[in-house]
Formats: sequence, structure tokens, C-alpha cells
Amino acid sequence: MSQTTIDPRLMRAPPKRKLRLSWADERIRGVVWQVLVVGIVGTIVWWLWSNTVHNLEVRKIATGFGFLTREAGLPVAESVIEYSPTDTYLRALTVGLLNTLKVAVVGIVLSTILGTVIGIARLSRNWLVAKLSAIYVEVIRDLPLLLQLLFWYTILQSLPGPRQAMQPVPGVFLSNRGLKLPWLDWQDAHSLALLALLLGAVVTWFYRRQALAKRILDGQPRRIWPVALGAMGALPVLVWAALGAPWTADWPELRGFNFRGGVTVSPEFFALLLGLVLYTAGFIAEIVRAGILAVPQGQWEAAQALGLHPGQVLRQIVLPQALRVIIPPMTSQYLNITKNSSLAVAIGYQDIVSIANTTLNQTGQAIEGIAIIMLVYLTISLSISLFMNWYNARIALVER
Amino acid sequence: MQPFGLSFARALGAAALGVTLALPGLARAQQAPAAAANTFDAVKSRGQLVCGVNTGLAGFAQPDSQGVWRGFDVEYCRAVATAIFGDPNKVRYVPTTAQNRFTALQSGEVDVMARNTTWTLSRDTSLGLDFPAVNFYDGQGFMVKTALGVKSAKELEGATICVQPGTTTEQNLTDWARSNRIKFTPVVIERLEELVSAYVAGRCDAYTTDVSGLAATRSAQPKPADHLILPEVISKEPLALGVRQGDARFADVVRWTHFLLLSAEEFGITQANVDKLGNDPRPEVQRIIGKNGGLGPMLGLADDWAVKVVKAIGNYGEVFDRHLKPIGIQRGPNAQWNQGGLQFSPPFR
Ligand SMILES: N[C@@H](CCC(=O)N[C@@H](CS)C(=O)NCC(=O)O)C(=O)O
Repeated sequence: MSQTTIDPRLMRAPPKRKLRLSWADERIRGVVWQVLVVGIVGTIVWWLWSNTVHNLEVRKIATGFGFLTREAGLPVAESVIEYSPTDTYLRALTVGLLNTLKVAVVGIVLSTILGTVIGIARLSRNWLVAKLSAIYVEVIRDLPLLLQLLFWYTILQSLPGPRQAMQPVPGVFLSNRGLKLPWLDWQDAHSLALLALLLGAVVTWFYRRQALAKRILDGQPRRIWPVALGAMGALPVLVWAALGAPWTADWPELRGFNFRGGVTVSPEFFALLLGLVLYTAGFIAEIVRAGILAVPQGQWEAAQALGLHPGQVLRQIVLPQALRVIIPPMTSQYLNITKNSSLAVAIGYQDIVSIANTTLNQTGQAIEGIAIIMLVYLTISLSISLFMNWYNARIALVER
Repeated sequence: MQPFGLSFARALGAAALGVTLALPGLARAQQAPAAAANTFDAVKSRGQLVCGVNTGLAGFAQPDSQGVWRGFDVEYCRAVATAIFGDPNKVRYVPTTAQNRFTALQSGEVDVMARNTTWTLSRDTSLGLDFPAVNFYDGQGFMVKTALGVKSAKELEGATICVQPGTTTEQNLTDWARSNRIKFTPVVIERLEELVSAYVAGRCDAYTTDVSGLAATRSAQPKPADHLILPEVISKEPLALGVRQGDARFADVVRWTHFLLLSAEEFGITQANVDKLGNDPRPEVQRIIGKNGGLGPMLGLADDWAVKVVKAIGNYGEVFDRHLKPIGIQRGPNAQWNQGGLQFSPPFR
């Protein structure tokens, strides 16, 4: 971000050189080599490609992505969007992609929170808290993730059956079919209220920015919470009330074999999420701990000497510096969570890998199937990296 | 941690397929369209048949306590090896899952697949495979715990059903539910072991696959009587041997090995009597055992191939009784054509 201004006196144009069409000219040599390398690589790729296509044809193996528009006929247990087996392979793959994103996003948020808490706890002056966190980190990082997933899945399967389901609170059922919760009978009013909440958040953010800018000028602190409360609390409630304040809950109840109604957290999703979060939190804890330790003790002392209270020291002085150490390794943990979520196939959570595997098996188009999987992970990983790099650049030390 | 964990093996399989297809020398050199390599010669010069079997399905293919593969499908690997080499032990077994079996065959990792695989139009045409012979006629069914009190598949409305992906099973299940207006929740797990244990643990109300697979799984439970196979059969599952497409010669050997087992049973040729039939008056028997007709060499095999195969393996009925009868599977549609079944061998002539 830092803009270095170079003293104009120091800038001198390099001497112009005439381009000589001779092997002795370094630039000509460079161009020739590059053209050659690109040419060779291009030829190899083209040759492998045409061989593949030819051999697939000889072996009568179907090629191309035409299968994407055919009816999939695959049963899918859980889906973020509407799905039925009469939908196309493309739709089924989208369902798989969304399932991957669902577990990855929730996993990233939860493991960041848990990891930060454990990382800080490990630095606690309380002996017991520090030791327990240390043991957690050591144990969880030493066990293969696949083993942990199977462990959690087995535990969840050993819960009682639906007819003997546990009922911790009325309307909430825990059984080997998962966790059943009552849920709102979702209507437009709810969607609009959610939209209002989002709008409120944006308004609050702008207000806070302005308030801070003014404070820098006149030193007057301004209260933000009344605006926040109004924009993010009252506004959505008003919208919802104006639309008739619909409030009917959809309660789960046992009918026949199973529960109907409400929402379900399936054992497959829950086991995968639990395994990923607990595992990754162990690594994140160490990253957070290292980040905090990287801030010299002198910073704490200097800040305290200025009269800041401990919370302020952590927020204003230590964390901004620690984050610079924390963010880059955190990026790879986020990438790991996303990629590790493909272990879902082992415990029957239908992520992109699971659905692409089945698709390529049913259609026989292994190369296309694997290409789709690679493309999906590449896109997700690059997006995470780009976002984290942007964030890293934003919080990087601005040197003057 | 490996990023792709479990699916790593399958990615490897697909990568292997990609590499075999991308590299020349396989087909480019031999321009003829039917030249998807000559498996018969390849097997001969290797001195060993590589046979794709199930990962473990009681009665069909399962390693015993000594690690020796045994089962109905395994006998087919042994029979083809005997036909080619005169020795049933010249086989290497490659366990394949529902998901990776086709890539294993396409990529040349295995020569032949004897692995409860249903012959369907799309598999026959777009996977680059051929199905030379149906060695077991089957259909799809459901299994529930006896304690559930369900007696018919029609009572499964609202049930949670365990099903393996990459099978005809999952597609039939959705077809069946659609045409019977039954709503169900699937639990789709790739590894058979995990899937069956999910069913046993009560994660699902029912487990669905080929009836033969249900019988096999049931027989492997500590208390088989706790599980009930429901009477409905919802599909046709002709379980067939598989080879790569465009390899007619090898396909012939596989096909006629199956017909040999059938004809042997039809004509009363057994493991015990096959080498004492030199004076049998029936001409077809004379041709089968290679006394007459020169049929073996037409397949590129020895004159006495059939004698060796039946001696080593037995006939179809003997194989059936050895492996499938003990787990409670009846001959049913797999009886001989003249006994009211579908198993029919064209003439040895
Ligand atoms: N016949 C069906 C199903 C065959 C199948 O794979 N059945 C399962 C369940 S019995 C199996 O053998 N799985 C073994 C494995 O994947 O390891 C098909 O060809 O799609």
C-alpha cells in the first residue's frame, strides 16, 4: 500500500540501446528462448490432448460435457437448493458444490472462533486453562482427520433411534437421524426483514466511519449504538411487523419411521463439521498463540504506560500487530478446511467430490468429472487466497 | 493430511486412465478401430490374468482367513485363467468398489471384471465396455431389521434408506420411489463397509441393493435372523462379466468359459467325472471335452481347455452350490433353461 515517492533527481532514464538482430543480443536471445519453450510446452499439451481424444474415441468412451444436461436420477440427502432426482447432472453438481461451500464456510467461521479462544487460553496465566488447551492442541493435531471423522460419525450413529429420541427441550429431538429443530414457516416478510437488517448494517457502518472522521478533527467521541440499534434492530422489526408479523413455527413430530417438519442437522453434516472444526482449531490456536507472542512485551508495557486499559491494549495495539503474523498461515488453514471437506465421502455427506464421483461413474466420463472437481477446488482456493491477500494488504503496516 | 483423502485412490485411477489415454503407443500405433489393444495376447505374455472382483461380498468374492480369494465371481476369474493357462492360480485379484470398477477396467488395470455388475445399455455403449455373459440374474430388493415390523416395501413411506452410490441401485431406488409416490431420505455412503454399518447402527430403516448382495450381507451378520429381505424385487439386474469394448477375441474366451460351465452342467459333466468321459457316446460331450471338433483352437485355446476348466472349477451348478447355496440363495432364474430358468448356453458346435 505504501507509496514511495522517489526523488526526481535520482531518476535517470537507462541508456537507449539499439536492437541488433544477432544472437549476441541478450534481448533477442531471451525472446527466442521464450518462444521456443512456449512452443514446446504447447506442442506437448496439444499432443497429449489429441491422443487422449483419439484413444477415448477408439475405446468408445463418451467424451464432452453433454451429460451435464441429462437427468441425473441420483438421490441426494441434503441440499441447500430445491433438488429432485429428475433434475440434471448440472443441478446435482451444483447441489454438491453448495454443500461443500456450506460446510467450508461454517467450518472456517467456527474454527476461527474456537482456535482463537484456545490460542489465547494457552497463554493464560491460569495454569489449568493453559495446560488443558495445550493438551487439546497436541492430541487433536496428532490424530488423522479421517479417523476423527469416522469417530464422530460412529458416536452420532450410536444415539437412540427416532422412536426413542432424546428431547432436551420440547420440540427439539436428538436421535441417530440427526438433530431436529423447530423452524419458522419462512415467508416473504422474513426475507424482507433480513434485507432490512443488511441495509441497517451498511448504514451503521457508514455512520461509524463518519463519526470517526469527525472525531479525528474535533476529538469528540460520538455514540454509535443508538444508530446501530435503530438501523439494525428497529428497522427489521418494523418491516416484519408492517407485513403482518407472521410467526408460525414448523414443529418436528414423529410420524411413521421418522420426523416430519422442522429443520434437520444431519449426522453426516454434523460429524463432518465437528471433525473439521475441532481439527483445524488445533492448528489455528497455535497460529494465534504465535502471533500474539510475536508482539514484543515492550508494546504491552508501553501501551499500559500510556494509560490504555488491557482490553484497549489487546484491541488497539497488540492484535493489529499480531494479525500481520497470523493472517498468512491462517490462509492455508482455510484452504485446508476446504480441501479436507472432501473427506465427506467417507461419512456420506454429499459434497462436490461425492456427487462428481457418482456422476463420473454413471456417465463413465472420468476425465471430465475429475476436471470439474479440480476446477471447483481451484476456484474456491483461489478466491480464499485472493480475499486473504487483500485483507492482509489492508492491515499490513503502512510505512511512511 | 492428504487434501483429497479417500477419493485420492479414485483420483489416481482416473489419472491413470488419463495417462494411459494420453500417451501414444496404445492405440495410435494400431490405427484400426477395433484395436483397443489385444487383451488375450497381453494376458498370455504376462502369464497372469488380472481380475477385478468385489472388495468383499460373502459368497461372491471375499478373501478367506488365509487371504485366498473365494466365491462365485472368483471362480469365474479362475475359470478364465484355466482356459488360457490351464492353471486356476494364475490370477491376480484387484478389489474394486462400486465407484472405481469401470475406471479400473477402462484404464487396463484389470483385464476382466467378475464383480456383480449390472449390464445396462448406457454402460454397454458409453463406458467403453462389453458384457460378454450374464453369470447371475438378479434384481434389487430391500432389507430391514425384523424388529421394525415392516413386511413389504410398500410400507417404506417416509423411511431412511441406505444406498451405495455409483450403482444401478441408487437410480432404481429413485425410479421406484417416483413411480410409487414414496418419499424417502437417502443415506449415500461410498464404502460398502461404512454403509452396512450405518444400516446396522440404525442410521437407516432399510438397506437396498441386489437381492444377492442383501443375502450376502445378511449372512455375514452375527444374527442373520434379525434382518428380513422384503418380498418385492424392484428391478432387473443381470450381473455380467465385463471386458473392454472392441476386444472381440478376449470377449469370446470369457463368454465361452461361462457357456462351458453351463453346458457342462446341462450335460452332466462334473468335476468328478470330466476326465472319465472319453467314451461318452454323446457327440456334444465329445466336442466339449475336445475329443472332436477342434473347438478349443477356434478360441485360441488348447484342445483340452474345457476338461481342465471343469476339473479345476466344476460346472455352473457345482459352483453355485459351493458358494451361493450356503448363504441361502436359490437357483431361481439362474436355473438351466430346461429347468425353467434363464441360463442358456448356445451349442458347442
Ligand atoms: N449391480 C449393481 C450394484 C453392484 C454393487 O456394487 N453392489 C454393491 C453392494 S452389494 C457392492 O458390491 N459394493 C462393493 C463395494 O463397493 O466395495 C450395479 O452394477 O450397479
